[in-house]
Amino acid sequence: MQVEFVVNGKQAVWEVPPDEFLADTLRKHGLLSIRKGCNTSCCGLCTVWIDGKPTLSCSVLSFRVQGKFVMTIEGVSEEAAEFARILVAEGADQCGFCSPGFVMTVLALKRELVSPTDDEIVHYLTGNLCRCTGYLGQMRAVKTYLGVTQR
Amino acid sequence: MKLVGKGIPKIDGMAIATGKPVYTEDLVMANALVVKILRSPHAFARITSIDVEKAAALEGVECVLTYRDVPQQRFTLAGQSYPEPSPYDRLILDLVVRYVGDEVAIVAAVDEKTALAALDLIKVEYEVFPPVLDFETAIGHSSVVHPEDDVHCNFDIGMVKDRNIVSTQKWEVGDIEKELSECDVVVEGTFYTQANAQCMMETQRAFNYLDHLGRLVVVSSTQVPFHARRMLARALELPTSKIRVIKPRIGGGFGSKQTSCVEIFTAAVTLKTGKPAILVYDREETFTCTTSRHAMRLKVTLGADKEGVIRAVDIQGLSDTGAYGEHASTVFMVTGEKTLPLYNKTKAVRFMGNVVYTNKPAAGAYRGYGATQGTFALESAVNMLAEKMSMDPAELRLKNIAREGEPFLGYKGGTLESSALNRCIEKGREMIGWKFKYPKQISAANKVRGVGMAVTMQGSGIANIDTASAEVRLNDNGDFSLLIGSTDMGTGSDTILAQMAAEVLEVSMNQIIVHAADTDVSPFDPGSYASSTTYVTGMAVVRAAEDLKQQILAEGAKFLQSTEEEVEFNGHTVRVTGTDKMIGLKKLAQQLVVGPEKRQLVGNATYGSPISPPPFIAGFAEVEVDKETGKVELLDFVAVVDCGTVINPHLARIQVEGGLVQGIGMALYEDVRYDNKGKLLSNSFMQYKIPCRKDIGTVRVAFKESFEPTGPFGAKSVGEVVINTPAAAIAAAVYHAVGVRITQLPITPEKVFISLTACNTHRAQGPRPLRSGINRL
Repeated sequence: MQVEFVVNGKQAVWEVPPDEFLADTLRKHGLLSIRKGCNTSCCGLCTVWIDGKPTLSCSVLSFRVQGKFVMTIEGVSEEAAEFARILVAEGADQCGFCSPGFVMTVLALKRELVSPTDDEIVHYLTGNLCRCTGYLGQMRAVKTYLGVTQR
Repeated sequence: MKLVGKGIPKIDGMAIATGKPVYTEDLVMANALVVKILRSPHAFARITSIDVEKAAALEGVECVLTYRDVPQQRFTLAGQSYPEPSPYDRLILDLVVRYVGDEVAIVAAVDEKTALAALDLIKVEYEVFPPVLDFETAIGHSSVVHPEDDVHCNFDIGMVKDRNIVSTQKWEVGDIEKELSECDVVVEGTFYTQANAQCMMETQRAFNYLDHLGRLVVVSSTQVPFHARRMLARALELPTSKIRVIKPRIGGGFGSKQTSCVEIFTAAVTLKTGKPAILVYDREETFTCTTSRHAMRLKVTLGADKEGVIRAVDIQGLSDTGAYGEHASTVFMVTGEKTLPLYNKTKAVRFMGNVVYTNKPAAGAYRGYGATQGTFALESAVNMLAEKMSMDPAELRLKNIAREGEPFLGYKGGTLESSALNRCIEKGREMIGWKFKYPKQISAANKVRGVGMAVTMQGSGIANIDTASAEVRLNDNGDFSLLIGSTDMGTGSDTILAQMAAEVLEVSMNQIIVHAADTDVSPFDPGSYASSTTYVTGMAVVRAAEDLKQQILAEGAKFLQSTEEEVEFNGHTVRVTGTDKMIGLKKLAQQLVVGPEKRQLVGNATYGSPISPPPFIAGFAEVEVDKETGKVELLDFVAVVDCGTVINPHLARIQVEGGLVQGIGMALYEDVRYDNKGKLLSNSFMQYKIPCRKDIGTVRVAFKESFEPTGPFGAKSVGEVVINTPAAAIAAAVYHAVGVRITQLPITPEKVFISLTACNTHRAQGPRPLRSGINRL
């Protein structure tokens, strides 16, 4: 079936099978930042924005983005690089496989929350798993990025 | 030093942090066949008939392979240096299936949907056998997991196949029975450590194709490219020269990718069809059909004199390797090797026991590799000894640990050249507030806080076995190529190895181009495992860079019509000391590579160490236990680390934090569980919980450096040791808080609550044995 939507700021009309999930569709169209780390909507690796909200693209059927705005990290590359520089300076980019989904959630957090507390940051990001860093270095980087005081 | 010791950002950091397509699946060609595996629904069975006709006839299916279609040469998937200590007990596809999920048939089709549809069309009939599921009754079980005659061991590992024993081991120094009988105080405990899944975010995956020479090119998310090549060659009956293994960026490993789980299947397809093929395991397959940590039962007996000097340590173990023997004997060996030397006032020590086959997914390598299991058991026993002797557990350890300059059992009595463990313990107890918090504080009506500790050691590479080479090449424009075969799986090893090379050559980081790893190009390296890369590959890199620097001096001197002794190199120019006679590096490089000198300079080195210097950690936990629910909240974890010289403090810190959090997951909830037919229950992140952001309170890390004379710039390893202390430290903290000693991991609220109830009953009704574990299969 055909789906018409905006991906990374560009109008797209894509032919998609009715049972295909958005993560797979996006990868098929060369947006290779989309990763899948689980089969159960647990890990957050595949996070993209749909109409500005962080969403698990592995759990959204592709036809459902009809008329919506989808953003992947490829579409916010400068903003992503700004945060990535802080993350990398902290040493908190380990294997990097969870990074695209994590970064997309962090960028959304910055847009949505003003001067968040530690608990609010943790709550916002808790759906993004990472097995390498233990989250602490990521937290330091997020707080630097948001300009909120380190504990 | 200009670069060593600096928190240099990872050289691949920006690419991987912004989602660039640099991982295995991102690089596959568009027309690759999709491979799927039909798996056994039974824990132990023989295939009596298998009909693939309908599947093979399905449009879009390119090939269906069964045991009849693949070489029948037994091999091991364990990525270890040859001759591997793991038994050759696998076939690509076997007539017999040995766990729920074992491979039955390989299907390759034009797309995933077709491949999955084809799996449903394969008809298999089985003769089902009673499976061996409980590792404690595996020895002498009426079912024999590997009855076949052609299982091969490269050397004697104590296999008694007919009794399901993969490996029998005994290591004894002194007369343990005699020493124990003479000790003033003896404690004994039996501890169970559970299987854990590595849970790296990028699951197992590989693709391959035939190149212009008809060679098999394998692109794989692997920690062991050279070992994978050798393993494939054996299993597929090909010469190694016909195989090339390329490792792109890896999305985490933690040991799981030291076992080559998927390459064999894509390779079989490509060799059969001539077409590119890819296999990506999903999370369920990764949980079910790859490897996990060996579950163990460890009985520890400690003897001490009345001053609290530990005189005898005895550990008797049983380890569950599952259906195949990957890493079976070596993980078990490490359990003894990395625990017995920790305390060196002993007169006798012993480690012994068996590793057994069961009809469950194979165990394998996971960060810590046996030392994790051993540390939980030994350190729990040391905490019991402290309690029995009314001694402070920190003081007991300070009295007994092997210290720098002392004889060390790990070096067969040779001198321990580097250890800051005593300083780690002192710093750690200061950071956690031991003086004020030990052993416990009442924090609310039903809540008690307790602190506990543990110490640990690991190794740095495998002594006398693992050997790495490195090459540093001066390129035509004065920059350098660093060629290595180690596998940065996110750790940042490519970065720290470049730091070392740049430090030696006195050049900047951006003058070093790092290439790793491709078996056609890279110098040999066993791969990144056994905490080897910083120490073993690092030494090779340092020596290769020194070799090249010497050549630059020699060639520069020639150009300046001077002698090697009279010139100096500062990273930019070679200059005759004290004069203005000089030549720039770029000019010199051009002269050498494309100019009249005609000699491209390449520095080379190969390094393997006769010892495996131990990094150390002192770990301290503060918990709050809810007496009404048994819930344990980890309030604070402090780890003080001696990894020798810290090459890159930012990357080392994250390694430690990440490893501690994995250890905390192991301590509190991570648990591989099966149903009573051997089917894995914990096959997703819903059933197998790993720590999320909300689970992690305060985790604090500090370093106390020692200087390891045999390591690069004094460095030892850090990758594995970090996972070892949380379980024992948290268990001790829980005990100090509420008097419940959990001996079977993980420390779940149920176990704590049941034990608390038993304690209360015990107080009310008089003495009664306290059982803390439940739900073991």
